[in-house]
Amino acid sequence: MKKMGLIAATAAMTVGFSVNASAADTLASVKERGFVQCGVTTGVPGYSNPDDKGNWKGMDVDVCRGIAAATLGDADKVKYIPLNAKERFTALQSGEIDVLSRVTTWTLTRDSSLGLNFAGVTYYDGQGFLINKNLGVESALELDGASMCIQSGTTTELNAADYFRENNMEFEPVVFDTADQTVKGFEAGRCDVLTSDQSQLYALRIKLSNPSSAMILPEIISKEPLGPVVRQGDDAWFNVVKWSLFAMVNAEELGLTSKNIDSMKSSKNPNIARFVGAEGIKGTGLSLSDNWAYNIVKQVGNYGEAFDRNLGTSSPLKIERGLNALWNKGGLQYAPPIR
Amino acid sequence: MPSDANKSPSAHTTRFWHDPAKRAILFQSLLVIAVLGFVGMIVQNTLHNLESRGITTGFAFLSQEAGFGIVQSLIDYTESSSYGRTFFVGLLNTLLVSALGVVAATVIGFVMGIARLSNNWLIAKVASAYVEIFRNIPLLIQIFFWYFAVLRALPSPRQSLEPLDNIFINVRGLYMPEPIYGDGFGWVVVAFLLAVVAVIGIARWSKKRQDETGQRFPLFWTAAGLLIGLPLVVYWIMGSPMTWDNPVLKGFNFRGGMTIIPELAALWLALSIYTAAFIAEIVRSGIEAISSGQTEAASALGLSKSKVLRLVVVPQAVRVIIPPLTSQYLNLIKNSSLATAIGYPDLVSVFAGTTLNQTGQAIEVIFMTMLVYLTLSLLVSAFMNWFNTRMALVER
Repeated sequence: MKKMGLIAATAAMTVGFSVNASAADTLASVKERGFVQCGVTTGVPGYSNPDDKGNWKGMDVDVCRGIAAATLGDADKVKYIPLNAKERFTALQSGEIDVLSRVTTWTLTRDSSLGLNFAGVTYYDGQGFLINKNLGVESALELDGASMCIQSGTTTELNAADYFRENNMEFEPVVFDTADQTVKGFEAGRCDVLTSDQSQLYALRIKLSNPSSAMILPEIISKEPLGPVVRQGDDAWFNVVKWSLFAMVNAEELGLTSKNIDSMKSSKNPNIARFVGAEGIKGTGLSLSDNWAYNIVKQVGNYGEAFDRNLGTSSPLKIERGLNALWNKGGLQYAPPIR
Repeated sequence: MPSDANKSPSAHTTRFWHDPAKRAILFQSLLVIAVLGFVGMIVQNTLHNLESRGITTGFAFLSQEAGFGIVQSLIDYTESSSYGRTFFVGLLNTLLVSALGVVAATVIGFVMGIARLSNNWLIAKVASAYVEIFRNIPLLIQIFFWYFAVLRALPSPRQSLEPLDNIFINVRGLYMPEPIYGDGFGWVVVAFLLAVVAVIGIARWSKKRQDETGQRFPLFWTAAGLLIGLPLVVYWIMGSPMTWDNPVLKGFNFRGGMTIIPELAALWLALSIYTAAFIAEIVRSGIEAISSGQTEAASALGLSKSKVLRLVVVPQAVRVIIPPLTSQYLNLIKNSSLATAIGYPDLVSVFAGTTLNQTGQAIEVIFMTMLVYLTLSLLVSAFMNWFNTRMALVER
């Protein structure tokens, strides 16, 4: 009932305050307010999760920090609002948050009928299966008749149903409200399989009391491009979010990191000069300060640094770059040039 | 009096706003118009805002294909069914757990309420410990407790317990054989219905006879014999037109037969035990509201203790009990929406959960869900009010 009340309340807020929210210029109100309101998960390690000191850490959190660095010049000026899967879109629609950076899959329905826009892809993901090792299953095609723990309010439910239907298999869906309960259900043996985006499976696996008892099956059954989401109809803000993300990817491509950017600032390379705001269009088109991109890299780091710190080799998750490598290194991460 | 005579013509000329009755009508209709206008404005404003932000509205989504699976359904449901059907699947699951919960909570509540008043020290203390423990722990915690405690205690499918032949219990649920009805089973049902009619007839006749002559008739045994015996005889005559579909362990789990999922069991347990603690208190207060003179008078007439309770105390106590009992039933129905926490596919979990998220149409979905709970509660209230009037003391 609590959840329903919250949704009803936010729906009511959509009704009541929407005129202001839709007409508002998000960039101006962020600058006036002095911080960015960012919707994140209630706790998925690697993406958005509070550390032992209560500071939010993760890939999605770094996207929020990048936006704050670009708009306000200070990556710490972010207010994180934890949302569950059900509440997230309503919170964005009603103006409760400025940007939703919460492992959210870009789909046609979400882009076209919710009044929202996806600003890019922070992580190319796909849905996979986590399974208990002692079942002796090697492939997802052997899962006929299995019970499956799923978190509600995700594209996951649909993908799993599609995959099993396509392969003429049956399954028993057990749908939980939060990621924690889903893991508990799996641990208690209620299900044979836990299904979610593969990156999240790595994160959830380290939450198990005995992570080595479970393994992730090789099959990926869906495309899950995850990215930040903004309200439709505020193009200036949409551009700011989009280019904050592009700046992080471009920085990696140009070899700019949080450590070397100060020394590279005076570089003769025209691409770098444009990036740090010494030449070119600078921040005028986005209505930002000239060193907006410099601030992002200086305070948050480039895409590769963020990936490495939160998901990759320097993190407990140890996820390979794979599809998320730069386009010139065999991956899909590609950003339009800053010029 | 002359002054009155003088006043009456002037009363005719009084403007209508000086007449309290007419003025009241005027103000009330103004208020109704204002309220309707306000509601209309909100609806208009909502529709306008949703449209201007490119958010889809309307109920067209109900006929689209849902595409996701649901673990328990009382009606036919597959992934290719519509979102509208997910509404009914969720609704029926809510009704199922509510109905089971109301019955169990009533039984446990009455037993515990009467036990609290027992002269036996042990029984009375056990009952009051029960009440104090279960009504003072939040329901959500109790649901988690039953769910995870029960799950942890049960074995995996391959080590299932088999308390009776072909009945299996494991962490995935309780598996039972499912009856498959063959040709001619309809006659068994007919026989049963006939037995029910016969029992009602006999009950009326025996009551009348007892009123007239004071002779009692062994109604209980006759009824039991008729209700069980008649269908059994017909079943045998028709050549046993029923077979069983037994659950068989295949791959990951049992296939075939009927299943009771652990989510249903845990939710049912938690709801009934929690609500029963409140009902026990209501029953106790109802019984204590009957003056001890009634009990003493009944004992003085020579009625046994159980008859005093059954014929004198409870019928009067019920009048006190029914109104607060209604509230408990309503609470139980609404609390069933906590199902979503443990993955029981009720209306909130399926329709206001998955369907809402797949379609994104929060306002429509939440509106329908609220309407369902409102309707359910009003129906239960209406029934209980009717029952209350029937049970009320008829004063002549």
